[in-house]
Amino acid sequence: MNNPVLEANKLCKTFGSLVAVQDVSIDIYKEEIHAVIGPNGAGKSTLISQICGSLSSDKGSVFLLGKDITNLPTEKRASLGIGRTFQISALSKEDTVLENAILGSVGASGKHWKFFNPVLKNSILRDEAEYCLEIVGLKDLINLKTATLSHGQLRLLEVAVALTLKPKVFIMDEPMAGLGSDGTKQLTEFLDKLRERAPILLVEHDMDAVFALANRITVLDYGRIIASDKASSIKKDPEVQKAYLGEG
Amino acid sequence: MIKESHLNIFVLGLLIFVPFFAYWNDQPFTITLMTRAVIFAIAAVGLNLALGIGGFISFGHAAFFGLGGYVMGILAWHSQNYVTLVEWPILIEGTKSMPIIWIITIAASAFLAAIIGMISLKTTGVYFIMITLAFAQMMYYFSTSWSAYGGEDGLSIYVRNNFPGLNTLDPIQFFSICCVILLIVLFFMGRLIKSPFGLALNASRQSRQRIEAVGFDFHKLQLTAFILSGAITGLSGALFADLNRFVSPSMFSWQLSGEFIVFIIIGGVGRLFGPVIGALIFVWLEHLIGGISDYWHIFLGFILLAIVLFGKGGIIGLLSREDAQHE
Repeated sequence: MNNPVLEANKLCKTFGSLVAVQDVSIDIYKEEIHAVIGPNGAGKSTLISQICGSLSSDKGSVFLLGKDITNLPTEKRASLGIGRTFQISALSKEDTVLENAILGSVGASGKHWKFFNPVLKNSILRDEAEYCLEIVGLKDLINLKTATLSHGQLRLLEVAVALTLKPKVFIMDEPMAGLGSDGTKQLTEFLDKLRERAPILLVEHDMDAVFALANRITVLDYGRIIASDKASSIKKDPEVQKAYLGEG
Repeated sequence: MIKESHLNIFVLGLLIFVPFFAYWNDQPFTITLMTRAVIFAIAAVGLNLALGIGGFISFGHAAFFGLGGYVMGILAWHSQNYVTLVEWPILIEGTKSMPIIWIITIAASAFLAAIIGMISLKTTGVYFIMITLAFAQMMYYFSTSWSAYGGEDGLSIYVRNNFPGLNTLDPIQFFSICCVILLIVLFFMGRLIKSPFGLALNASRQSRQRIEAVGFDFHKLQLTAFILSGAITGLSGALFADLNRFVSPSMFSWQLSGEFIVFIIIGGVGRLFGPVIGALIFVWLEHLIGGISDYWHIFLGFILLAIVLFGKGGIIGLLSREDAQHE
């Protein structure tokens, strides 16, 4: 069998006396979508932060393509191939759509310390950013200020910025949050194809989307894994139904 | 409504035209006033990189302004009094050469900014404001107690420093030197804002998460901006001391740090020409209303209040619409 693209081993995190994440291990293989579900406060966001580096882990380790990234800062992990999208869009709202995307291209290029040449005139970076915007379908909006985009468009822009990084794995924190049913449907179809580029670790509340997309599902409750299996088996798991799915 | 770029050209034209007009009409005082405005503009352009683009409000940029003044003062004082600056291990003499003074000033200010930045940038918001203020106040009190260089009385430099081929004591020639420096600083700042670094710094103000998620080192980004910012403000300090032929602890005063911020707010935060417009308006208000009443700051207060309440983009925001097309 292949090696996992991303592998987290026995991650732990406590805040004071609160155990947010306890012995959580999770792995993601090529071309799959691995969903993490669980009720509010189950530790999903903490887990994502530990994998992406914005929170340090008390115990456990994270491997990306076999490389230990447990102690690397967020920006190092990002340049090694972790493409994260945020639950609450973290974009430069005052800048244009293109500028947001090109920021990703600059970040991925590693050439951060260029002080003189205009970034928008750099055709390599620009083509790359435009290509990623085209994939998510925002090509026509590149000169709009990001603040004027609809909620759904912001979610797509988040994905586009992550795409510019050419990540080895996507980490998506509730991409469907706040989307209408049309938006959810569109994004679901999009993510379904996206897994061919890089596998996705998907934290999501929308169960229809999760079951439509996920190859495997891990269920968290009180910071612990209560089930982790193929999507079809999870649906039938009695413990999961009790904890989360509301008696099916 | 006018385009921002047109407004910038107009301001630039005014900046150059007024002193030369004054020169032909034999009004050296106006030239000196404009020189003062230009020097303040350079200082505030420097601060604008940290405050406007980077979004960290330094309330201690007088530290760099004063340092620039003292670098110039000390070097020139040693030169005019024929006292060597350092005798061991190598012999260093003072100098009256502007270009050499500038280079040393930039290096010294950048060094100071690196130290202040490394410590202060660990904090954010109001703590950053206070810690930068504290550093500037430390410099202030250090300068008042350094009796070798005049202590509270400061240092007088009898003759303005030299620039090859120019008579720097001629107001219009000294103005030209300062104005060219401002133009060079503005040119590089304009490029910087549009460069990858500028884009990232601008984004870091809006979302730290974003900048880290695309692989940028947030702290290095801020520190680099702070060092560049301090170096530019430091350079303006050396020019200011040369303009007055005098340097004193007041160049480190917190009021001055506050005035730099006021220039930026009047003109437009984060706008390339914001600090230039702000400095021009401030210096002229100080001259015109200050001539009528000692309490001219009251009027400045009203203007500031109006700008903060009604025009978030400062004067530029009030007068110009956003440039619609980005090339």
